[in-house]
Amino acid sequence: MRGMIMSTESQTFTEKFDLLGCIQCGRCTGGCPVTVRTNLNVRRFVYDAYSEEKLEELAKLAEIWDCTACHTCAVRCPKGLKPLEVLIGLRSMLVDSGKVQSTVRNALESVYLEGNPWEKPKATRYDWMEGLDVKLAKPDTPVENLFFVCCTIAYDPRLQVVAKNMVRLLNKAGADYGFMAEGESCCGSEIHTLGEELLFEEIVGENTAFLNDFQARRVITLSPHCFATYKARYPHLNKPVLHYTQLLAELLQQGNLSWGHDLQKKVVFHDPCYLGKQSGVYDEPRRLLKSIKGVELVEFDRSRERSLCCEGGGGKMWVESESKKERLAETRIKDAHNLGAQIVAVACPFCVLTLEDAMKALGYEEEMRVAEMTELLAELA
Amino acid sequence: MTEKPKLGVYICHCGINISATVDVEALTEYALTLPNVKVARHYSYMCSDPGQLLIKNDIKAEGLNRIVVASCSPRMHEPTFRKSIQAAGLNPYFLEMANIREQCSWVHEDRTEATIKAKKLVAAAVAKVRLLEPLEAREVEAERSALIIGAGIAGIQAALDIADAGFKVYLVEKSPSVGGRMAQLDKTFPTLDCSACILTPKMVDSANHPNIELITYAEVEEVKGYIGNFEIKVRKKARYVDFDKCTGCGDCASACRVANRFASEFDEGMGKRSAVYLPFPQAVPAKYTIDPKSCLYLTKGKCGKAPKCAEVCGAGAINFEQTDELVEFKAGAIIVATGFDVFDATGKPEYGYGQYPNVITGLEMERLVSASGPTGGKIKVFNGAEEIVPQEIAFIQCVGSRDKSVGVEYCSRVCCMYTAKQAHLIVDKLPEAKVRVYYMDVRAFGKGFEEFYDRVRREGVRYIRGNPSEIFKRGNKLVIKAEDTLTATPLEDEVDMVVLAVGLKPRSDYRTTMELLRLSQSPDQFFLEAHPKLRPVDTATDGIFLAGCCQGPKDIPDTVAQAKGAASSAMIPLAKGKVTIGAQVATVFEATCRGCGFCVSICPYSAIELVTVNRMGHMIEVARVNEALCKGCGSCSAGCLSDSIQPKSFRDRQILPQIAALGVLR
Ligand SMILES: Cc1cc2nc3c(=O)[nH]c(=O)nc-3n(C[C@H](O)[C@H](O)[C@H](O)COP(=O)(O)OP(=O)(O)OC[C@H]3O[C@@H](n4cnc5c(N)ncnc54)[C@H](O)[C@@H]3O)c2cc1C
Ligand code: SF4
Ligand code: SF4
Repeated sequence: MRGMIMSTESQTFTEKFDLLGCIQCGRCTGGCPVTVRTNLNVRRFVYDAYSEEKLEELAKLAEIWDCTACHTCAVRCPKGLKPLEVLIGLRSMLVDSGKVQSTVRNALESVYLEGNPWEKPKATRYDWMEGLDVKLAKPDTPVENLFFVCCTIAYDPRLQVVAKNMVRLLNKAGADYGFMAEGESCCGSEIHTLGEELLFEEIVGENTAFLNDFQARRVITLSPHCFATYKARYPHLNKPVLHYTQLLAELLQQGNLSWGHDLQKKVVFHDPCYLGKQSGVYDEPRRLLKSIKGVELVEFDRSRERSLCCEGGGGKMWVESESKKERLAETRIKDAHNLGAQIVAVACPFCVLTLEDAMKALGYEEEMRVAEMTELLAELA
Repeated sequence: MTEKPKLGVYICHCGINISATVDVEALTEYALTLPNVKVARHYSYMCSDPGQLLIKNDIKAEGLNRIVVASCSPRMHEPTFRKSIQAAGLNPYFLEMANIREQCSWVHEDRTEATIKAKKLVAAAVAKVRLLEPLEAREVEAERSALIIGAGIAGIQAALDIADAGFKVYLVEKSPSVGGRMAQLDKTFPTLDCSACILTPKMVDSANHPNIELITYAEVEEVKGYIGNFEIKVRKKARYVDFDKCTGCGDCASACRVANRFASEFDEGMGKRSAVYLPFPQAVPAKYTIDPKSCLYLTKGKCGKAPKCAEVCGAGAINFEQTDELVEFKAGAIIVATGFDVFDATGKPEYGYGQYPNVITGLEMERLVSASGPTGGKIKVFNGAEEIVPQEIAFIQCVGSRDKSVGVEYCSRVCCMYTAKQAHLIVDKLPEAKVRVYYMDVRAFGKGFEEFYDRVRREGVRYIRGNPSEIFKRGNKLVIKAEDTLTATPLEDEVDMVVLAVGLKPRSDYRTTMELLRLSQSPDQFFLEAHPKLRPVDTATDGIFLAGCCQGPKDIPDTVAQAKGAASSAMIPLAKGKVTIGAQVATVFEATCRGCGFCVSICPYSAIELVTVNRMGHMIEVARVNEALCKGCGSCSAGCLSDSIQPKSFRDRQILPQIAALGVLR
């Protein structure tokens, strides 16, 4: 049940989010990364949402859109509440009544019609495969690793390289894998956080049926957002789900992967919230980086369980924040710069976008590079 | 049965607990229609003196020979009514209780339905009581000595009380010294007594008392038997130092080739000790111990040319040939006083414990402020590589308490107060320092606690209501990320040192003790008492008692109170010299028993064994019940494939008619 919102009509807000369980300790707000730049105080929402008659007013507050769904509040809450879900519940009220920004509406509509939030046609989802020797999965053919490509990776020209490099690495390792050439559709991670509950439920149902049909031992996701969503919000999925860094670490350990080149660089790994905090995967990406000869792996002070959110999640791709204060991604890049890191390694498409933007804005392009893990690894393999 | 059964049925109102929901008059009338029932009455409180008198008088006047009491659960009052019918001349086991309170009035609302159910319960009790047989409780001799496991303040206090009363005590302590956690503390809240000053005399007494046999660096390995007659085996671990020869001079520890190289357990790893060591200066007994895990000679087989310790010991006490020793004795009662561990703060990685040397636990703080501690009582810590005297100090309460995210839901009861105490000690030692306490609630419930909390605040300790979420580093400062919930202000507070008020947890090795004594656990994993209110020091096993933090988090006053309670309960069998053995035990019909041993494996009290008997010239195995161990729980009976083992008063021929009667309502 972890993280599931139950949509029984009869449940009140208070019951749905266990508001009476809250002891007002303040750990949620205390941990919330965006409090340094916005007015969001998630504990206040947990407290105020207890009065049903206040809900509409609460939903009007701009800060409900500041939440990045990093889940720090939920991880830290001593009473098992998921404070961010209250914000999502309020967003839902707006979505239901159509009072949302056009960017959000378009993203939701696009998922409904095209299976991706980027307003791109369904048919071009697999264009990234062009010119590559990709093994395709068919429902009736058994396969070890069934790949699920994140919408953002499938369509964003900056990120398609993740999928492409993945194929190169898998071919090199001689792995048993398959990508999907039809029917693949948004996992709904951002749909849920944007508050479109009904659509999300529909997506969960459809994707579950679709993925369950494959005779695959497990599903491998490229984005931590899909990974965490499948793990936590797809209760009827019939196969285990892994993040690709887990698979690569496994292939490395089995001796199926090795690096032909050294990399004489100082590298720092940024833990994505959805991979680390939310899913507990910390060691595999580090193991991969440490296996590269020449790499000097350094650590952020705020790493692993204390990693700082890059503000890429929670639907923030479609909602611009009004705050003029320093972006967390910039804080992060400055920290990396202070460490003398030449490469900021990440394992999440959103982190690539936010951190790379920040790096450019800070003018560090000459000194450092933000690289998705697959980019580094495929170059070395 | 020779006599014809003549039954009396007594229906209790329990104030209005029963009568508000069950029509007691209708029930009484109904009871009179049941077979063999001569008398039926209802009364406001059957367990009261007049209530009992009613029964006694009827037994005499009407010649009743079987009694049904329809009232509450038998747990509390079965003994009461057994005594009263016995006083009137009946066998005490000619009693059956119908539970029309917990199983009826308390759980139902509809009066008509509840009354029908009560009638069925009474009819069932009537059906059974007619078939009961007279039973005799037996008495056996009890050993007039006690075993106490664990010599923290709980174990020491219980030992002293029992020994003072004139009984022999075996006090077994796992570590090389008695004292437990209290020995590690500096001052104690709320009175600020110096812990060592009040504890050391008791530690010394526990070693010198003529009635106490103190066995340290030892573990109980086997416990057999039952109340009054426990048979115990204890393993005394080899100290590699001759206990009688060692004078405690400490020459060995200074000479040790690996002197002061190992983390001192007593100083929570903040100080160092040698491979041969005394845990702390006031340790009792003042005898050195060689740690086999750190000694060069014992780990590598070689220590230079010859072990230094042996070279310097004037008393010739070092003995590497020493081996573990097994001690066996009997005891009439056992007190478990094995104490607690503190929450492992690495379980909350967001606080950076283990990563930043200036984030420490409350127990480490005790050692840091203690004059006998690793810094001689000076408050200083490492900030990175630099040793500093902290000027900005924050305490965080509830670390590993009241926190589902680490699986600990309970309040640890002492952390609020020890935090206040430590904050006070810092203000005392570093008057310039700024001290704040992050809290979510302050629980100052004990005698003098609220007054102490008031005092500490007025001394300038700032209390900030908010439980911090994270600690990270900025420059050379620790940053506490929290919210002041009273002003709804998220904040980043820069400090030099953080003290985590870690909660109390069951000991990491609790399973060994639990399995050894077959104890149960409450949901918080501490050992379970027999009843949360009325039997707080008893366990489910007669003759085994609990004292101190092994039963749940407690401060010293509560620990000592419970230890004294456990001591006095344990002394009951010792003082009587006898124990009564329940009569409702399982019996074996040897003629049909096939000796399969299934019951032996089922019995939770290990009360059954297989014995060989001669059946018409054939030597065969059959089950035999140790009546002193059997609790009459009936598990064996439920499991037996040939119906050959059944508890007295719960035989098939007694309970089947009872069950059948539940189905019909005439
Ligand atoms: C940081 C801190 C500060 C505190 N400050 C105060 C204070 O100021 N005032 C106050 O009232 N309370 C205070 N307390 C609480 C106090 O420490 C406890 O109430 C007290 O120590 C409980 O004593 P105990 O005998 O039950 O357990 P323990 O002190 O844990 O003693 C248990 C003993 O049993 C031994 N043992 C364990 N298992 C076995 C075994 N299997 N066989 C043999 N021996 C075994 C252990 O080695 C130990 O010697 C504080 C607690 C902490 C953590
Ligand atoms: S962390 Fe949980 S209990 Fe604490 S204030 Fe937030 S929602 Fe309430
Ligand atoms: S999910 Fe993250 S950003 Fe959203 S309220 Fe919780 S801590 Fe703040």
